Amino acid sequence: MSSAAPPQVGAAAQKPKKVGLTERGRAERKLAWMLCAPAVFVMILVTAYPIGYALVLSLREVDLRFPNEGGFAGLDNYITVLSSGLWWEVVFNTLLITVISVIIELILGMIIALVMHRAIFGRGAVRTSVLIPYGIVTVVAAFAWFYAFSPETGFVNNTFLSPDDKAWFGEKGSALTVVIFAEVWKTTPFMALLLLAGLTTIDEGLYEAARVDGASAWQRFVRITLPLMKPAIAVALLFRTLDAFRVFDSIFVMTRGAQDTQSVSILGYDQLISRLNLGLGSAVSVLIFLMVLIIAFIFVKGFGASVPGQEEGR
Amino acid sequence: MPGRVLSRVVALVAILALSAGLYACGGDAGGGRNTLKFYIFNEPGGGPQKVADQCSKDSGGKYKIDFTFLPNQADAQREQLVRRLGAEDESIDLIGMDIIWTGEFANAGWLDPVPDDVVGPATENVFDSVLATAKFEDRMYVVPIWSNTQLLWYRKDKVDEPPQTWDQMIDVAEREKLKIQVQGNRYEGLVVWANAMIQSAGTEFVSGPTEVALEEEPTKRALAVMRRLGNSAAASTDIDTSNEDSARLGFEKGDSIFMINYPFVYTSAKENAPKIFKEMGAAVYPSVDEGKEAKPPLGGINIGVSAFSKKKDLAYDAIRCMIKPENQITIAEMGGLPPVREDLYDDPKIKKVYPGFADVMRESIRLAGPRPSESPAYTDLSLGIQRGVHPVTKIGDPDAAYEQLRDFVEQAVKREGLL
Repeated sequence: MSSAAPPQVGAAAQKPKKVGLTERGRAERKLAWMLCAPAVFVMILVTAYPIGYALVLSLREVDLRFPNEGGFAGLDNYITVLSSGLWWEVVFNTLLITVISVIIELILGMIIALVMHRAIFGRGAVRTSVLIPYGIVTVVAAFAWFYAFSPETGFVNNTFLSPDDKAWFGEKGSALTVVIFAEVWKTTPFMALLLLAGLTTIDEGLYEAARVDGASAWQRFVRITLPLMKPAIAVALLFRTLDAFRVFDSIFVMTRGAQDTQSVSILGYDQLISRLNLGLGSAVSVLIFLMVLIIAFIFVKGFGASVPGQEEGR
Repeated sequence: MPGRVLSRVVALVAILALSAGLYACGGDAGGGRNTLKFYIFNEPGGGPQKVADQCSKDSGGKYKIDFTFLPNQADAQREQLVRRLGAEDESIDLIGMDIIWTGEFANAGWLDPVPDDVVGPATENVFDSVLATAKFEDRMYVVPIWSNTQLLWYRKDKVDEPPQTWDQMIDVAEREKLKIQVQGNRYEGLVVWANAMIQSAGTEFVSGPTEVALEEEPTKRALAVMRRLGNSAAASTDIDTSNEDSARLGFEKGDSIFMINYPFVYTSAKENAPKIFKEMGAAVYPSVDEGKEAKPPLGGINIGVSAFSKKKDLAYDAIRCMIKPENQITIAEMGGLPPVREDLYDDPKIKKVYPGFADVMRESIRLAGPRPSESPAYTDLSLGIQRGVHPVTKIGDPDAAYEQLRDFVEQAVKREGLL
């Protein structure tokens, strides 16, 4: 579906790439680079430098509490992390949250997208209002749900969901359920909007032809909608999986990692900010970075998700 | 036209944002030349604030204490402070420090050691247990301003004499079919409890910065008592997630006979549960075994002077003023926070703050055993201890429980592994 066009930069992207550039073309390309340079410089400053610094720290023994100790540690920090039972437990937690929340979001998002697509009146209003949860700051949303589920202040207890006083954050299973719920509540609209964008690109004529041929609604969905939406679904899944894998705010607000509900981001935060063990914490951060890269790679290569910069070959 | 309006709005917003940034930079750096920035949580009683204002006034313009309030939770306070101090922030002069941060902050080089001429007034009549929390490697780094301790709160209508030991307490509660409220969630409060048990049993968590003490027999004994409560009908249902506040709420509900908690529960019960309040008695924390001394938990706040402060002399002037006996009394009167000076507990004003139990408070702080906070890696130690004993309802047989706790503590003092 998507052609593997090489990434192109700025103004030059508008022109098909030629082997020999005219003088004007060269000048334009130079201008494009100069126009991009400040942005590239800022990007390097704010992303490449910290990532590089984290990499350096992860290979050293650095602890703010012990300023006189330290030195090159090689891969010791990585060995410590990877040989720790806690790390794998936390990775499992994170994958659990990611997989469950993304699957629920995909299903709900698809339903909402289909409804929005077929909405007859008030389209703009519907689409805007659906986005409201996504517009709320994650920490604020997390607090809202934290208070909703907490036994003292919440309205959830004593409803059909939970007839008696349940300490939702008192044990792992229910705490993770609330975390996943809050994630789903907040980001389903984002998923729905991405999917809606895919839906609108499908030619209505295909449905009419299928209807004439006697295809049922389900068949039209499975045979037309899904295959044609594959790129949109892949992109939506990619974005959401990467987001969900780095889940932090909700857990930080709701349990602070108690009852074994840590995610990899919380674990990294604990090593860096609570323990001030910059070496170990950086190793965790670099490992998270690598895992995110792997996930992105799997999606792009395995499912053909197109990333920004690649035009869809349609 | 609309495009133009939009771009103007964008420009305006950008200018506002930029100037806000500039203002923040200018404002943060120093304030006035004699302004002392005091980073501390917003004590709800308002005592420290009043005392600081009075001291500023009395100094005749020599200094002015300006508060920057930290969050209410101790670990959140610490996280904000270490981020600033780790970056050598010069805007911090005075730091309101939980007593458990001394070793960590001192070893990191963030604290200015207390000068000799301040050590005198800062230690005069102060409890030895409290002073122990102000020192690191035999040097005083912080000045205690108020203390705290946990007492055994009991129902006078259910039991005549408060129990002396944990076993007696559990026996009585089981017989009366009533609950005991403690702090068992996986957080600092659990370390507070475990430390009191281990010390009362006759040992310590650590004997040096990297040496684990934890003698086998006393440790097993302490764990066995915690395990007994965890598996007893007298344990509150939420024992594994309980904290100071849930314990207070549980006790105010009326189905508990005993509670281990700080004195704030007394004023709280007065307002929230007057019937229970009338029957509330206070006694010294129970011991693990009869004949052995109890080692009640110790809390409180010390004031440190940042090593990066440009106004250290002024800062110590302010500290000298704030720790004056009359100011400690003001802090106690306004927020119920116990003074660090032993002699003040005979003062009628303090006796009024702790009606009928001022002597119990003094005895408790005198006996108190500080947590192993002289260790610079206290955070690791605390996390390790929490993992070692949580949940108390699932503490195994003494041998296994002992091994588990020892492993965690050993890993923690060596600062190994993830926590």
